[in-house]
Amino acid sequence: MDAGFLREYLPILLFLGLAVVIGLVLVLASVIVAVRNPDPEKVSAYECGFNAFDDARMKFDVRFYLVSILFIIFDLEVAFLFPWAVAFGDIGMIGFWSMIAFLVILTVGFAYEWRKGALEWQ
Amino acid sequence: MFAADFRIILPEAILAIWAMGALIAAAWTVKDAATRALTWATAALMLALALWIGTGTGVDSAFDGSFVDDRFARFAKVAILLISASILLMGEGYMTRRALMRFEYPLLIALATVGMLVMVSSGDLIVLYMGVELQSLSLYVLAALRRDSPRSTEAGLKYFVLGAFGSGLLLYGASLAYGFAGTTLFSGIIEATADGVSLGLLFALVFMMAGFAYKVSAAPFHMWTPDVYEGAPTTVTAFFATAPKMAGMALFARVMFDAFGNVTGDWQQIVAFLSVFSMFLGAFGGIGQMDFKRLMAYSTIGHMGFALMGLTAGTGLGVQAMLVYMAIYVTMDLGAFAFIMSMERDGRPVTDIRSLNLYSRERPLVALAMLVLLFSLAGVPPTVGFFGKYYVLHAAYDGGFGWLAVLGVIASVISAFYYLRIVYFMYFGRETQPLDRVMSPAAWVFVVGCAAIMVFGVVNLFGVEPAAAGAAAALVN
Repeated sequence: MDAGFLREYLPILLFLGLAVVIGLVLVLASVIVAVRNPDPEKVSAYECGFNAFDDARMKFDVRFYLVSILFIIFDLEVAFLFPWAVAFGDIGMIGFWSMIAFLVILTVGFAYEWRKGALEWQ
Repeated sequence: MFAADFRIILPEAILAIWAMGALIAAAWTVKDAATRALTWATAALMLALALWIGTGTGVDSAFDGSFVDDRFARFAKVAILLISASILLMGEGYMTRRALMRFEYPLLIALATVGMLVMVSSGDLIVLYMGVELQSLSLYVLAALRRDSPRSTEAGLKYFVLGAFGSGLLLYGASLAYGFAGTTLFSGIIEATADGVSLGLLFALVFMMAGFAYKVSAAPFHMWTPDVYEGAPTTVTAFFATAPKMAGMALFARVMFDAFGNVTGDWQQIVAFLSVFSMFLGAFGGIGQMDFKRLMAYSTIGHMGFALMGLTAGTGLGVQAMLVYMAIYVTMDLGAFAFIMSMERDGRPVTDIRSLNLYSRERPLVALAMLVLLFSLAGVPPTVGFFGKYYVLHAAYDGGFGWLAVLGVIASVISAFYYLRIVYFMYFGRETQPLDRVMSPAAWVFVVGCAAIMVFGVVNLFGVEPAAAGAAAALVN
């Protein structure tokens, strides 16, 4: 069989490979990653030389996640604004108004969050 | 220059500005008391936009070709806007009974719709991804709308994790395409593949197709579908089953033809594989399901297989068949979900199909409408569902995929079992406690109206056929 003939079927081969790999990863991840031979020492939380005070699976207040999400949003905003400011002379009015539109949309989301009380700690 | 660009994206911009303005206005004033008014106003705006877009003509592109406005985009946009408006109208009764009328609900639907409109118009990988993400992020939140229910939050989280995975595959493929073609524009990619596809672009194609398959829940990337359909509020499930599928299939076709139209043979075999796998998984997966919403999830997977069969053909007729099939599919699903929303007993929603025992004695007209819809979903002649299947089978045979058409007929026969079982329960089941009579007038109109379309549409499919032909001609040339 010549190589040209086989080459025609490369896309489906790649696709089947991808399908099998993703399927197997999703199914086998829990088998491979999960602890299969637990004993009290192994599964207890690691502490520096003393016995753990309580379970390592602490419940974090959901507000910490909110703060971190807010941080990411405004961090990204800075990441956009910085190159925009550096290239400001070259991008003209379209560049200026594009960024203003972006900031307005961001502010709408922020104002909604504020009004819904996402920024209050109690 | 900029003004001309802006005029082309004006419908999307209006809907986006409306959603953001209403969000701020409602958050600062009456909050959830405004939901009813917002729902109707958003639906009215969508219908007006559908009318406006539907009367558009010509081919235009904005922002250096990254946003395309042609007949194909307009066909998909009108369909998406009509679906979203229908969901808002028919879901109001259910959302009120379940106390889910938060003012974010119609606005999230509007934002998801903006994302879908951008998706079907994309002429650039970055615009494509932006549309997909705007749609997906809104849908994740909608799935978890009932946030005090473990089922709903589980659906939202599952959808988010697997959806993000799908988006990751899509983005990886897009970055490979950019790396090997040197451009993110579809028009640039099609030039780069003029004399065959390089190995790098082949990987890009495969990864992007896997991402699209996630978004349209085609097997083997379907695993999120039944759980998300079951856990999300029924109105939201109805939305998941219709509008994103229409947008996803349109986007799939656009990327395949606009960016990879020179290497049809390379993607046809993958689409054929997706099609066969989806049809049979949908047919066999639904057999064991007694939960109506899970059953509809497998039904969706099966129908996506049929729609992909049209795409497999790789011809104008194939794209036309796909669009006609999707239009018929969403109409059937809207009717079926309007019925599922109204299944309640003692004030609690039920989704077990055995609760429909002898439903025909309580409400003969609604039961008859459901019978027509289920026959149509199964593809039994003389309903419109049969002609949808006929169209894609014909296109597949015409495109040289006779074996695919044969497999499609077999899968269709197998899947008929679980549709007809529901009919059996409705007409010949055992005596049980009847369901509550809670169907809202809007839901009733949709169940009976969609069933009527499935019967009377056989005359001329209400003009969908020539519209789809024009749309397909814009894409395949």
